[in-house]
Amino acid sequence: MIDTLRRTPLYDLHVALGAKMVPFAGYEMPVQYPMGVMAEHLHTRAHAGLFDVSHMGQVILRGPDAALALERLVPVDVAGLAEGRQRYAMFTNAEGGILDDLMVTNRGDHLFLVVNAACKAADIAHLRAQLPQLDITELTDRALLALQGPGAEAALAALVPDVADMRFMDVATVDWQGHALWVSRSGYTGEDGFEISVPDTQAEAVARALLDQPNVAPIGLGARDSLRLEAGLCLYGHDIDETTNPVSAGLSWAIQKARRVGGAREGGFPGAAFILQELAEGPLACRVGLRPEGRAPMREGTVLWDAPEGGRNLGGVTSGGFSPSLGAPIAMGYVPTISAEPGTRLWGEVRGKRLPVTICDLPFRPSTYKR
Amino acid sequence: MRYTEEHEWLRVEGDVVVVGITEHAAEQLGDVVFVELPEVEAVVGKGDEVCVIESVKAASDILAPVDGEIVEINEVLVDNPGLVNEDPLGDAWFFKMKLDDLSVLDDMMTEDEYKDFLG
Repeated sequence: MIDTLRRTPLYDLHVALGAKMVPFAGYEMPVQYPMGVMAEHLHTRAHAGLFDVSHMGQVILRGPDAALALERLVPVDVAGLAEGRQRYAMFTNAEGGILDDLMVTNRGDHLFLVVNAACKAADIAHLRAQLPQLDITELTDRALLALQGPGAEAALAALVPDVADMRFMDVATVDWQGHALWVSRSGYTGEDGFEISVPDTQAEAVARALLDQPNVAPIGLGARDSLRLEAGLCLYGHDIDETTNPVSAGLSWAIQKARRVGGAREGGFPGAAFILQELAEGPLACRVGLRPEGRAPMREGTVLWDAPEGGRNLGGVTSGGFSPSLGAPIAMGYVPTISAEPGTRLWGEVRGKRLPVTICDLPFRPSTYKR
Repeated sequence: MRYTEEHEWLRVEGDVVVVGITEHAAEQLGDVVFVELPEVEAVVGKGDEVCVIESVKAASDILAPVDGEIVEINEVLVDNPGLVNEDPLGDAWFFKMKLDDLSVLDDMMTEDEYKDFLG
């Protein structure tokens, strides 16, 4: 089988900007630009970074009671989501595991979902199989940009002034030179910022107009990963997957009261019995932040022990790397809840050596959302 | 200066050989954030993993380019791994080796040959 990598509408721009392109979730994506991962990361934290996230799936759900229908697949209050608002959600399976995480927007007469690139085909098949009464459309003619950082508002407002009035998780349709931009005040870096769904024919023009603003730099997937890790945000397939449930993943905040025991629409999603029980009793294991004591990064797969030698294998690292903001390695992983108290010292096995690592609160760096 | 297919350079200084990584390797790695060096006096064989080098993105190894004994390591890199990106051919050398037979270097790539190898 010949594996053909797909390209986003911004492929030519990435190449023109000198990006190093790599295969990612079936697409040729920029992992970094000449600035490099570290500088791109710090630039986003200090100014503003522009990301191409067009590989992600953009899906429209239309039909009678679409919100209630979607609630059958997610443990999230969709029916209570106001028009022009967005919310984090996850598709669960019968065992309470996570099939994918996503963003859900109420756009008035329809719902708009943004799903992970690697999961989008499965997600759409799942939606169509489970919700046959709905009209489910993947938008293949829109690109998705993210503009993140303290300078994001000024940069985007230079193109479309109304966005300055939006707050975190607001969604609006704004006109830019006769084209409809679907803007949400959200992102995946812990920074204030926006995600912008744009007609593919206009994607490069919008991207260039944003890059023309002072202190807006293009940022690759490398920095996107280190930024989200510092923000303590989960990466699907790593920190969450079909074997982890939302409660142990620390995502209970995404399960609103309406879907919990005693709520207006209690349960009624795949794995509800297990997830509601985990909520009531507390999870056996949970996702924690980890600060290695030395300089050696503890990457995904690093085994965590409760003693420098012998002892028990407590769990493992699910995401790990270097934090440019802290100038030190950081990681996330799962450990038994009884061992998850911040300050607890564990040992991570790196190349056969057990190195000390301390459990800490997430995120590693406070988020700066405009609430 | 001689070069290996693993993108290391070797420079003879008296009776020892200084080993580092090439600009191409440093660029490919990206921002280096961690370096683990071998023990001084370690006797190593060609192809042994003697250093660990980690960038923001990933971990990789530096292999001993020849048989020999590690006689000196550049501890500056432990505290300042970013030097690997700033000066890979100079201050960011990794270790010095004593070889039984310096003539093994003759089989390695010259600068021109390495440039051809990079294509």
